[in-house]
Amino acid sequence: MLELTNLHARVVPEDGPAREILKGLSLAVPAGEVHAIMGPNGSGKSTLSYVLTGKHGYEVTGGTATFEGKDLLSLAPEARAALGLFLSFQYPMEIAGVPVMTFVRAAMNAQRKARGEPEVSAPDFLKLSRVAAAKLKIDPEMLKRPLNVGFSGGEKKRLEIYQMLMIEPRFMILDETDSGLDIDALKVVAEGVNALRGPTRGMLVITHYQRLLDHIKPDRVHILSAGRIVKSGGPELALELEKSGYDQFLKAG
Amino acid sequence: MSEGKETLVKDSIDRGTVDAARALESDKYAEGFVTDIEMELAPKGLNEDTVRYISAKKEEPEWMLQWRLEAFQRWKEMTEPTWAMINYPKIDYQDAHYYAEPKGGAKYKTIADVPQEILDTYAKLGIPLKEQEVLLGVEGAMETAAAARETPRVAVDAVFDSVSVATTFRAELSKAGVIFMSISEAIREYPDLVKQYLGSVVPVTDNFFATLNSAVFSDGTFVYVPKGVRCPMELSTYFRMNAKGTGQFERTLIIVDEGGYVSYLEGCTAPMRDENQLHAAVVELVALADAEIKYSTVQNWWPGDSEGKGGVYNFVTKRGDCRGARSRISWTQVETGSAITWKYPSCILRGDDSSGEFYSIAVTNGRQQADTGTKMIHLGKNTKSRIISKGISAGKSNNTYRGLVSIHPKAVKARNFTQCDSLLIGQTCGAHTVPYVENRRADAQLEHEATTTKLSEDQLFYARQRGIGEEEAVALLVNGFVRDVLQKLPMEFAVEAQKLLEVSLEGSVG
Ligand SMILES: Nc1ncnc2c1ncn2[C@@H]1O[C@H](COP(=O)(O)OP(=O)(O)OP(=O)(O)O)[C@@H](O)[C@H]1O
Ligand SMILES: [Mg+2]
Repeated sequence: MLELTNLHARVVPEDGPAREILKGLSLAVPAGEVHAIMGPNGSGKSTLSYVLTGKHGYEVTGGTATFEGKDLLSLAPEARAALGLFLSFQYPMEIAGVPVMTFVRAAMNAQRKARGEPEVSAPDFLKLSRVAAAKLKIDPEMLKRPLNVGFSGGEKKRLEIYQMLMIEPRFMILDETDSGLDIDALKVVAEGVNALRGPTRGMLVITHYQRLLDHIKPDRVHILSAGRIVKSGGPELALELEKSGYDQFLKAG
Repeated sequence: MSEGKETLVKDSIDRGTVDAARALESDKYAEGFVTDIEMELAPKGLNEDTVRYISAKKEEPEWMLQWRLEAFQRWKEMTEPTWAMINYPKIDYQDAHYYAEPKGGAKYKTIADVPQEILDTYAKLGIPLKEQEVLLGVEGAMETAAAARETPRVAVDAVFDSVSVATTFRAELSKAGVIFMSISEAIREYPDLVKQYLGSVVPVTDNFFATLNSAVFSDGTFVYVPKGVRCPMELSTYFRMNAKGTGQFERTLIIVDEGGYVSYLEGCTAPMRDENQLHAAVVELVALADAEIKYSTVQNWWPGDSEGKGGVYNFVTKRGDCRGARSRISWTQVETGSAITWKYPSCILRGDDSSGEFYSIAVTNGRQQADTGTKMIHLGKNTKSRIISKGISAGKSNNTYRGLVSIHPKAVKARNFTQCDSLLIGQTCGAHTVPYVENRRADAQLEHEATTTKLSEDQLFYARQRGIGEEEAVALLVNGFVRDVLQKLPMEFAVEAQKLLEVSLEGSVG
């Protein structure tokens, strides 16, 4: 479903020199699978999520990235979203004056329009929203507030998953969705994510901790270090990491 | 905000925007067409004869002519102000026509007499002038017209260049005792009211442009709401500048007597022209004890092209006088047009416990320059004022908020809250905030907040990652920025204003 081959990318800060972050990354996530990506701070995990979603300031210098055979890298961010790519941000943005529901409805309709589908009607939207909010134990009043403004860290993460349930993407990248969530919230959010698992969907779960993977069971686990996958394995790889840290793999890599 | 309103406002983003905007002509100004109609113009130039010509055209009484001539004498001794943060080539006041009317006479007796070209123009602009049957006295026409549109009814005074061509719903309004007509008619029909109030808020010699207006004002709207009457519908004036090489000098006078209420809307457009057109209006509001006036403007005069060629010079004096105790005046403006905007809708808080409000959205793009804000003059006890200004600058434009809060010695416990927010889109525009405070009382409560933000690329990316295209994302973020002011507008206007914002900012990123 998602295939990355020998991907090289650099970050081009507005002020300062460009820096190569991804240095030949290869990865394939078949439809129906959930892959976890783990790796030390600064190894390039968020960079990978931004490169895949087309953020400004990140430049691909080599390799390919395809989604169901289509070249992702030549598409605008909104076109990638319309194909079904969704990123749950490590640091969600605050958008003043735009209520959560207004924003999400604009997103759903923009995607539907791009795919030539009819817009979601107001009653349907409200129904979907109620269901998603209930699943994630979100107070509906919160959805009337401006997006992420004044929300706690955990609330922001929960809201990312609310958006995901509403948009029903085909491929999801979760960048440290567990950070900031309390123990109960982690469970609730994981259940929400699991509800979207299915044979036609794929997922990349970026995390530092096994506790998330206890709830969202990955098919494969990859270790990213210095811009490359240095080790891949089954779910047991995460457990091994939890026990003895990155050192052994970094040396091996 | 109620669910209903939210949905409506949102729908207009879906409907209005990106596609519609793209479909527009080169410079994105849908109102830029010219109506081909034979016009009768005053000879070019400005002298006593011009003033007499206008007064004669309006069949004015002698006192009005004298009032104008005095203003003209004073104007000749005045010089153009230069303190605003705007730059423009010197205006040649002799190189314009000061009066233009569709051929065939001034005010039409019924809508049936209004030339089809003008009706078409207003239809194209979406003005509900089709209450024409109502004016013609067709039974039941009013109800069907209103039901068909399923929107609250709005009475319209349509001003085409220098003349008011039609005023709708007059009969129904007069049943309520509300006088709603062009100022030319009011001068003839209600001379005592006009004499009493005209120039009582904006004195003839108030400033260069107001004095010019006093000499040559052509048409505009007159409203009188009697004691204790809530005006049964929104009143509005639609100004259209069409003729080439003309100026428009409208004059509006609104008086709300004790305990009365009116909500008034003003909309303006002009064709795309290469030369600059001068617009110098004066608006006076008088609120007596316990009266309330809400005045909303959506100003979309032709801003000139992206290189700064053409466009309207908009020099406007708007002032409200809270003359009676507990009276209230609020100004809400959405300014997206004009090459130059020089405008400070103000409130004189004379009555004890009176209050003034100013809510403003000013958008500049291309080479537009706006210097706009308000003055809140606190004279009475316990007077309150509130200022919320949202400036949005894009392109190579310049946007200045200029405000004055003045607390006079007798204004016991006066209060003001001011919030000025600026949003910058791109790297080549400017935003400036110039808030003056003159405070003569220790017990005054003054609060001031100001922010300047750049439309952040990270926010845009966040929206685009969710599938929202770049232009729609800008519109969404800008709407968020101005939301608290948009909510102050009557709903039909809010939707129109939102569309205008989107169109005005089209092409401002990327
Ligand atoms: N805009 C930027 N400007 C400068 N350096 C950047 C920028 N973006 C990323 N980097 C650098 O790229 C490297 C990889 O960052 P990235 O955010 O991808 O790491 P990560 O693996 O997600 O780390 P963490 O686990 O802490 O979230 C870091 O060294 C970071 O400082
Ligand atoms: Mg990261």
